[in-house]
Amino acid sequence: MVENISRSIVRVQGLCKRVVSPEGELVLLDDLSLEISAGEAVAIVGVSGSGKSTLLGILAGLDVPSEGQVWLDGHDLFKLDEDGRAALRQSTVGFVFQSFQLLPNLTARENVMLPLELGGVENVEPQASEMLARVGLAERLHHYPKQLSGGEQQRVAIARAFVVKPKILFADEPTGNLDSATGEHVIELLFELNREQGATIVLVTHDDALARRCNRSLRIDAGRLVAAERSVAV
Amino acid sequence: MRHNIAASIRMSWRMLRRDWRAGELTVLSLALVIAVGSVTSVGFFTDRVRLALENQANTLLGADLVMISDQAIAESLRVDAENFLLESATSIEFPSMMITDERNQLVSIKAVESPYPLRGELRISQQRFAPDQVAAGIPESGSIWVDMQLLDLLGVNVNDMVKVGETDFKIAAILTNEPARASGQLFSLAPRVMLNLDDIASTGLITVVSRVRHRMMLAGEITAVANFRAMVEPRLQLGQRMEGIEEARPEVRSALERARRFLGLAAMISVLLAGVAVATSSQRFIRRHLDSCAVMRCVGGSQQQILSIFMFQMLWLGLIAGAVGCLLGFGAQFVLVGIIGSLADFALPPPSLLPILFGLLTGLVTQFGFALPPLLQLKNVPSLRVLRRDLGALPARSISTYGLGIVVLSALIVWQAGDLKLGLYVLGGLMVALLLLAGGALLLLKVLGAFRAHLFVEWRFGVTNLMRRPMSSVAQVIAFGLGIMVLLLFSVIRDDLLDEWGNSLPDDAPNRFLINIQPNQVESLSQFFSEQGLKVPTLYPMIRGRLVEIGGKAVQPENYENPRAQRLLERQFNLSWAAQMQTDNQLITGEWWAASESEGQFSVEEGLAKTLSIEVGDTLVFLIDEQRVTARVSNLRSVEWDSFRPNFFVIASPGVLESYSSSYMSGLYLPENEYIVLDKMVRQFPNITVIDIAAVMTQVRIIIERVTLAVEYVFLFTLIAGLLVMYAAIYSTLDERIRESVILRTLGAGRRRLLNGVVAEFVTLGALAGMVAATAASLLGYILAVHLFQLEYQFNGWVWLVGIIGGGAGIGVAGVLGTRKILNYPPLLALREV
Repeated sequence: MVENISRSIVRVQGLCKRVVSPEGELVLLDDLSLEISAGEAVAIVGVSGSGKSTLLGILAGLDVPSEGQVWLDGHDLFKLDEDGRAALRQSTVGFVFQSFQLLPNLTARENVMLPLELGGVENVEPQASEMLARVGLAERLHHYPKQLSGGEQQRVAIARAFVVKPKILFADEPTGNLDSATGEHVIELLFELNREQGATIVLVTHDDALARRCNRSLRIDAGRLVAAERSVAV
Repeated sequence: MRHNIAASIRMSWRMLRRDWRAGELTVLSLALVIAVGSVTSVGFFTDRVRLALENQANTLLGADLVMISDQAIAESLRVDAENFLLESATSIEFPSMMITDERNQLVSIKAVESPYPLRGELRISQQRFAPDQVAAGIPESGSIWVDMQLLDLLGVNVNDMVKVGETDFKIAAILTNEPARASGQLFSLAPRVMLNLDDIASTGLITVVSRVRHRMMLAGEITAVANFRAMVEPRLQLGQRMEGIEEARPEVRSALERARRFLGLAAMISVLLAGVAVATSSQRFIRRHLDSCAVMRCVGGSQQQILSIFMFQMLWLGLIAGAVGCLLGFGAQFVLVGIIGSLADFALPPPSLLPILFGLLTGLVTQFGFALPPLLQLKNVPSLRVLRRDLGALPARSISTYGLGIVVLSALIVWQAGDLKLGLYVLGGLMVALLLLAGGALLLLKVLGAFRAHLFVEWRFGVTNLMRRPMSSVAQVIAFGLGIMVLLLFSVIRDDLLDEWGNSLPDDAPNRFLINIQPNQVESLSQFFSEQGLKVPTLYPMIRGRLVEIGGKAVQPENYENPRAQRLLERQFNLSWAAQMQTDNQLITGEWWAASESEGQFSVEEGLAKTLSIEVGDTLVFLIDEQRVTARVSNLRSVEWDSFRPNFFVIASPGVLESYSSSYMSGLYLPENEYIVLDKMVRQFPNITVIDIAAVMTQVRIIIERVTLAVEYVFLFTLIAGLLVMYAAIYSTLDERIRESVILRTLGAGRRRLLNGVVAEFVTLGALAGMVAATAASLLGYILAVHLFQLEYQFNGWVWLVGIIGGGAGIGVAGVLGTRKILNYPPLLALREV
């Protein structure tokens, strides 16, 4: 996988994000530029409030920057409108969140079916079942999120993220709500699927162990990229 | 992948099933089902009551529709009626003299054919003052049925033979009730002689009598009657007219009009409550779907796609819940009819399909009216909400959020009222009520907040809870307040307004009219009554005249478009004169004449004045005995037509009419056991005709009683809708409450303390709502009473006491029942959901 790093799937140029707060203007991201190659696994690390989640949001097209440009899979992200970005996400991006973000009214399988259904794919049940079996939840297809443990919920979320075969997976503190053993398990699964599908991973984390498993870590402090460290191995 | 409608429809259907299965739609659909159910049950029921009332009123007409003509009615019309599947029967009526060896008497002959009467019944008896029974059919050929007075007037008895024209007939029975007669001209009645239409030729009377009135009576399905009327009416010739229930007696018309208003009002309150319940539960549904929307956006759903998925989901829900609601409404009205049927002999015709349409439409427009604005906001939920939950919260509920719902509901209310004025009154009242509820709630919350520090700890906790969510608390006070307001209106309207209405027909209202009293009999008749130990009735002079000029201009029927105006000008009026205005009349404009005034003046009933465009100061010319009688209109007055006391359209000041030939009339109340007095009176004054209006009055009274009953039952449904609003309001805060209680329990608060906090909160909320609801209900009751029903209104202090105590207790219990789930909810489960 590492060898396959060829062209950049994410390219960021002069990214700024400022918000106006009662205390005055707040700079969340300050003139940030970076490049992520296809197939790479990148961790964004930093203390709370350093701007790493803001960066992830902008990279995924969930938020818009105040200045700067982001290219995602060759598309100038902010030249697209909101629906254009959604369509790009549909075809290109998978998500895993700290708080799982499963829809409480849908069963595990229906949650996995959702992105396919929204993409207009027909007959998606077998695909979703297969994906859940892949993450070890073949027996849990008809369970609702609240009937699942945290680790199981996160596995459903991973299945949902990978079922569309994304080119890039964004993960926001994917182990943040899990105990260390479960977190370990989930990470294992994430990288396994990543290997299988040859996707790029961009994850935000506090977890040094997790960061070390990535090809490199980008450290953010006060909205600035302060260091890029290459990990030893994946 | 671009947005695709068919895919959205499939997706919405799947989402609906998933949401339903997850229990997400229970309250919203329940709100819709109950809303549509209550609206349609009210719709079905009022529809049937309306049809029944119209039929009831039709018995006073003897048919659903009558065509009256001064010439024989063309046979082709009967064929037309058959084509419309209408039953028909013709009759002819004319005055004639009946002569026996000793006496002669002017009678009113009516020749009828089967199946007369089409509505109502003929009643006959075999002996004077004997109990009567329903006649089976009409007089057989060769026999006649006659009014009892005629027996006295002619000195004959049942089974005697008498001559009508050239033929001898046997008097087979005494005619005691004749439906069509009640709608005829009460004051022009000579005693009735009824015979079979087949016999009329043999009497030889038709050829010589100039004034014959032909009637064709029609009855059938209501729309067929209306269609037939619409077809025939434009082709009517001079001297022909149609009379439906709308043109029947004014007292029946006013009773029907009031019935419609009451029932319409009750239905409208249900519609309103439905809207509130739907709005409250839609809000919760949408609030709970914010995260779903963000996730869907995140995994690639476009704004348009997500919006259309939710829109279709709402549409399916609206249609399904609407259909279930219609079924519920249909079932509920059967129960309702069962209850009423057991209390009264009240056969209701089957309902029309209109209520289903109205129910479905109500469900859909209420749902979309209230759910659409927040639904439109859903598409703007930022996908970033998946990372930051604080983003994309729904903006505070405001007028603009509910604007569409309010507009839609207002339109529905006006449509349901079927009367712009009534609709606007109720809307105005509701608007004031809502403002009052909202303003009152805010004010009371502020006052409570100031005293918070002095409260017990649980109450402080409860009140703090209310203060912490001021907008939500105000919304709940409004919802509860509306519910309580309905309950109070239930008692205020029913007990005060209905009583007032019922009282407008006093027990001693006249049940007999005496007419054809000669001026020289006035004194001896008064003496007769005092000799019998009875109250001497007021005798009113009566004189017939035709109105020929208004304000110096000759008036012709064809000058007026209004058919009532045309009829009024075609026929003669009953005029009277008086020095004093009748006590139950009310002066509207102008002045009543003083005793000292010598100038002749007229006082005109306001309805007549409006119809004929007569104003104070106009000079009217009446043609009486071929002479022109001229006087100026000095005042307009209103008359209570349903009081049954003798009343006149036009009254002259003393000195104007006395020189013309007149007769006198009177209305008197006789208890059942004193009817024998009438027999004595008729023997002593054979020319006086006694008209039994007890039968007509009984019918009107029955209508009023049944309508009262119907209104109560209709309000029962409104009440259920009100309770649902309360439930929806409690349910809408359930998520937040569960979260809070879990945090509190995790921190060590006991169930008892939590329970006390909930009780304190809901009791306070209920009492606040009760207080403002009582104020709003009193004002609304006042507005309805004074401005709409023209009844007096007394503010009732109990309303406040009942409102506050009942509201506090009721909402307290409902609140604890509705939220007991939070006390038993396992904290871990709740924390996992948070």
